[in-house]
This record gives sequence, C-alpha cells and structure tokens, in this order.
Amino acid sequence: MALLVCAAAAPAEPPRIRVGSKSFTESYILAEMVAQIVDETGEARAERRLGLGGTGIVYGALASGDIDIYPEYTGTIAQAILKEPTLASVQAMRTRLGARGLTLGVALGFDNTYALAVRRDAAARLGLRTIGDLARHPGLRAAFDPGFLDRGDGWPGLQRQYGLRFAEVRAMEHALTYPALVSGRVDVIDVFSTDGQLARLDLALLTDDRRFFPDYSAVLLARRSLAERFPRTWAALQGRLGGRIDNATMARLNALADLERRSFAEAAATFLGRSSAETARRPARELATLTLEHVWLVAVSLTAAVLLGLPLGILAARRRRLAQAELMGVGVIQTIPALALLSFMIPLFGIGQLPALVALSLYALLPIVRTTHAAISSLDPRLVEMTTVLGLRGWRRLAWVELPLASVTIMAGIKTAAVLTVGTATLAAFIGGGGYGTLIVTGLALNDVGTILTGAIPAAVMALVIHAAFEALDRVVVPRALRAAPSASN
Amino acid sequence: MIALRHVTKRFGGRVALDDVSLAVEPGTTHVLLGSSGAGKSTVLRLILGLLRPDAGEVRVEPTAPMGYVVQEGALYPHLSAGRNVVLPARAANWSAERQAARLDALAALVGLEPELMARYPHQLSGGQRQRVSLMRALMLDPPVLLLDEPLGALDPITRASLQAQLGRVFGELHKAVILVTHDVREAFVFGSVITLLSHGRVVQQGTLADLAQRPADPFVTEFLSAQAPPPEMARELRL
Ligand SMILES: Nc1ncnc2c1ncn2[C@@H]1O[C@H](COP(=O)(O)OP(=O)(O)OP(=O)(O)O)[C@@H](O)[C@H]1O
Ligand SMILES: [Mg+2]
Repeated sequence: MALLVCAAAAPAEPPRIRVGSKSFTESYILAEMVAQIVDETGEARAERRLGLGGTGIVYGALASGDIDIYPEYTGTIAQAILKEPTLASVQAMRTRLGARGLTLGVALGFDNTYALAVRRDAAARLGLRTIGDLARHPGLRAAFDPGFLDRGDGWPGLQRQYGLRFAEVRAMEHALTYPALVSGRVDVIDVFSTDGQLARLDLALLTDDRRFFPDYSAVLLARRSLAERFPRTWAALQGRLGGRIDNATMARLNALADLERRSFAEAAATFLGRSSAETARRPARELATLTLEHVWLVAVSLTAAVLLGLPLGILAARRRRLAQAELMGVGVIQTIPALALLSFMIPLFGIGQLPALVALSLYALLPIVRTTHAAISSLDPRLVEMTTVLGLRGWRRLAWVELPLASVTIMAGIKTAAVLTVGTATLAAFIGGGGYGTLIVTGLALNDVGTILTGAIPAAVMALVIHAAFEALDRVVVPRALRAAPSASN
Repeated sequence: MIALRHVTKRFGGRVALDDVSLAVEPGTTHVLLGSSGAGKSTVLRLILGLLRPDAGEVRVEPTAPMGYVVQEGALYPHLSAGRNVVLPARAANWSAERQAARLDALAALVGLEPELMARYPHQLSGGQRQRVSLMRALMLDPPVLLLDEPLGALDPITRASLQAQLGRVFGELHKAVILVTHDVREAFVFGSVITLLSHGRVVQQGTLADLAQRPADPFVTEFLSAQAPPPEMARELRL
C-alpha cells in the first residue's frame, strides 16, 4: 500500500490537481464536474478525494495543502471559515482568503439555502408567493426538520422576522416531510433550495422577500497556487461553471443521483454535455480494494496500539502515581467524538490514510492500556512476590510469569479493541482514508440504504472474522492451563 | 546464618511483631510456633526482604538464594509442576540437563512419581502441590530455607515419613532452616530450638523440653497441652 503511494508520487507522473468534496450529493457532483474539467483541459490530472466529511475536515484539508480545490458556499465561508458572519460580497471574501493563500472562483449561479415549500395547488388557491404571505393563513400545519426547528437561523428567527403563526408545528425527519406534504397531512415544510425532490414533486418554493435566510451561493474554493500554476484549468473552471448552474438545474442534477440512482460522475457529465460512455470509467472502486484498505487500516492501527498500549499498561501497573494520569489521558482520548478526533489529525498529518491510522491507533489504545493495567495489577500478590524469591527479575518476571498469567484478560482487551477498530475504521473515509466507509459515506449522501449496506455488511463480517481470528490466536498466546479456566484454588 | 535483632513491624497502626530476636545457625532448624495471627509468616517475609522492619535489624548470610515454601503453595497455574520446580534454575541459567537431573532427584526425595511433573497444579492434590512447592524451594539447594507450614495438607503417614526425610536432609546439608508450624509434634521432630510467638511477641525460646518443663508463661503450657491428646483419650487408647 505504501509502495503504491510512493509510486503515485514518482516524478514521471503528470502534475495532479487534488479535488475534494464534502460528503453530500451536491458536493460530490460539483467536485466531479471540477475533476472532469481538469482532466479535459489536460494541464494536470485530477485526483479525487471526495466525501471528506463536513466543512471542518474538507477546509482543513485545503488549508493544509492536502487538496487543491473543493466546492463551498458563501454563507459557510463567512460564518464557519472566516468567522465574519456579516461579510456578504464574494470580492471581500476573496481578499480575506487571499491572506491564507486561497482564492475564490466566481459564483456558480445557485444558492443552496433553507426555503419553505408548499403544494403548488395550495399556493395557487391561497395566493402564496412569498414567505410573508403565510402570515395571512394561521390555519396551516407545518412540519420541520429538527435541525431547522432548533437553529437560530432556522424556524425561531424566521417566525420572528415574518410574524408567522401556524395551527400546528411539528418536528419530522427531513426525508419524511416530503411524503407528509404531498399527501396533504401538512401544508408547509422546510427544504433546501436545490433538493432533488423539488425537481420531481409538484411543489412551490416561497420567496424569502425579507432576505432572512443567509446567502449560500455555491463557489469554488481553491488554493491560489492552483490558479497560478494551471491558468488554463482555472479559466476553464470559471468559464464552464461560473454563473451556469441555477437552482433548478442543481436540483435536477441532485435528483439524478439521489432519485434515479445515477453515479455522481454521470450527473456531472450530463451537465457538462459529455457522453456517459466517457465517464463510465469512473473508478467505482471494487469491494476487493476497499477490503484491502480496510484490513490495512485495522491491522496497522491495531498493531501500533498494541505496541504502544502494552508497555503503557505495564508501566501504569508498575507506577501507581503514573497510572492515574495515564489512564485519564487515554480515557480522555476516548471521549473525543471520532469525527472530531479525525479532524484534529488534519493539521498534523493532512488527509488520507496516515491521519486515519493515527486516530484509529489512539482510539484502540484505551481498551488495551486499561485491560493490561488491570490484569497485571490484579495478579495474585503472593504469586508476584514469589518471583522475587525465585530470582526472577526484569523482563523475565514479565515474560515468564506476569504476562502469561495476565494473558487471558489482555487478549480480551485486544479483541475488544480489534472489533471496535473495524467499526471505527469506517469513519476513516471522512478524511480520505479509504476502506468500507467510502461506500457508507456515499450511501449516506445518497440516502441510499443499499449502498450503505454494501459497506456496512462487509464491515460487520470483518468484525466477526477478526473476532474468530483472535479466538484462534488465544490458543497460541494463552497458556494451555489457563485457557480451560480451571478452578485454580490452590 | 539468620539473625533478627529487636525487630518491630507494624502494619498501619497495628503491631505485627514487637521486639523479636532470634538466630539460626547453619545446620540447625528453628521452629516458629504460635497461634494464628501471631506473626510467624511476617518473620519469614522480613527475612526474605519482602518486608522492611520498622525497627531493629534483620541479617541473612548469604542473602541468596533462599528457599521459600508458602502456606498455600503459590505454584504458578500456567506452568506444569516440573516447570514450576525448575523456574529458579532457569532464572539462574542452568543447563537443561542439569535442571532435569535435579528435578528427578527432588521428585524422588519428596516421593512424587516423575509422571506427575507433567501435570498442572490444578490437576494435583493439595498434598502433591505442597511437595512440588517444597521441590521448588529446594531446587537451587539454598543454604537458607524458610518453610511456612510446608506439610499442612499431608496425610499423617506421608507427613511423618517426609518429616523424617527432611530432618535428615536439613541436617546433612548444613542448612539454616526456619520452619513455621502449629503442630507441636512437628516442632519436636525438627526443632532444636523453638520460638513461641503470641500477638507478635516472643513468649519463650528454647527446646521443647525447656518449654514443657520450665514454661515462662501460663500461655506456653496452654499452647502445648492444647495439642496433646486429652488424658481420657490417652488412657483409653493406651498411648
Ligand atoms: N500485608 C499485611 N497488611 C496488614 N496486616 C498484615 C499484613 N500481613 C500480616 N498482617 C497482620 O499481621 C499479623 C501477623 O500476621 P502473620 O501472617 O504473620 O500471622 P501468622 O502467625 O503467620 O498466622 P497464621 O498461622 O494464620 O498464618 C496478623 O494480625 C495479620 O493480620
Ligand atoms: Mg502465616
């Protein structure tokens, strides 16, 4: 695996432009468009690093130079990246980003923000064109996504701004609000303005005439070096995408992927007017490759965790004072949500396999350190004391007596860590670490249970296989007399 | 040579040993007698260096190796009986042949069939485990032997024959031996000198005859007579 990475970096290769995306459909499709235009222009070869989680991870990857370009939204840039929520103009953002070695392309033309939707017939009947019009119909029933209900820039703020009142407002999972609206059980729902469902269902979007929802215009966010080193590519991106994609177009492309099960590459190619034969070569990476990647992630991180965790656990068992601090340290790591831990790795190790391996190793550390410490410090003190009398010192005491006696418990800890790691490793895909998570992340973006399962089922199978493998390993590692769990009451 | 001089040992606030002195010369066996909790095992653990005295002095020459048999055997459950026995020899880097030869000799000494050496501790009886533990203590032929009720779990016949055997071995091999026991008869078989402990204090030191004929304290008589057969039983059985 490491050899492959080296080979890719060999000097004979053409220069690469690494294209990133977040892990939702629209971002995947836009990134595919970018990658296809890069390849077409021919100045460089596109390398896809798609599905890199949320803003924190993908922006971190851009800032650290692990990717060169990805699609972003002006509202996110102002609020989450520059932390200047009042910043409105693209030009002002471009200037601010310039100081960070980054640049912005021209706006792509559509705006992915919250909107309210009603049935088209109801809109006609009640004369609804703007959100403000809703204030005249307090008898309507609304269903909103829980996220929208809670956010200050969601329902609470909107209600205040427009003075809205409904007969009923209930929380409902986003995917369920569409059928509820179409079947007439509710009258108003929140949507994203480029949602694929909008293209298919007969819905009317209400105009945000008081401009309450912040502007989320799509733009290309890139490293300045990309624009400088590959001027033709940068110009082609501006020319072919800038101002060309309106809300309806983006919604249709999203529908292509989300509802009609077309690949992101196909959806992108459709927009670019390319034949899908050209894009059929999209590397729908095979299960075998993903399995290898996943096994590699688990094997390397588990090995590292054992090599580090065993000595740490032994040390903790030897030094009471150190044990407190040490166990607390590894415990704290465990409380960091996996995605957060992964994103902390980006400034240090960039994206890809390395940061995933480091994060996974840290995660696997706790069960190993804790069980090793517990196993060794709870050994029968008379048996441990006897080692001194018998003249066993240092590593011999450890290797001949303590570790064998503790082996059942320690192996159980390693087994737990291994099975945990198989599951956690699916998150590696969020920072471009590969493995089964790649399918799960894509499936989540498409809201496609089938795709999610093609990643989740092999991961579950691998967890079972690894568990069985460790049961077998017990026969090698744990002394025979301890395995049968005899009532050793002597 | 083993010597304790005015040794005091406390656990937390509680005094386990209070001003205890005793000396054991090579070639002699010293018996520690006393009721449960008197401090007998604590004396051995001080000599082994597993505990430090709070006051007084503990001297042992030579300091290593020492043979030690604990009350419960303390065999390693993951090792066969034979591997348990040769463990100190492996630690001392003996050759495999030398280990095997010594193992056979010791098995014969304590009366265990060589086949038993392949068994794990949980596959042995309590008395067999005690004898394996004794073999392990004798493995390096140590000049100092500390035995904490080594024959507790044996039947009377094996016990008597082993007592006689060990008594001979200790005498011939010129070892300094401390033997802890509750059993006055064992004290008689092994002991040139007896130390009777009670609540961490030395009540009396001397031969069994001294203790019986010139008790320093009513406790001495009480302790000795508690283990003698009651007069009616002795009469009845014509003991
Ligand atoms: N590690 C320890 N911590 C605290 N107290 C201890 C410890 N070891 C022994 N003691 C106490 O010291 C006293 C003497 O214990 P010791 O084991 O020497 O008695 P013993 O004469 O060997 O008794 P037995 O015949 O029951 O084995 C007891 O009161 C015991 O509870
Ligand atoms: Mg004792």
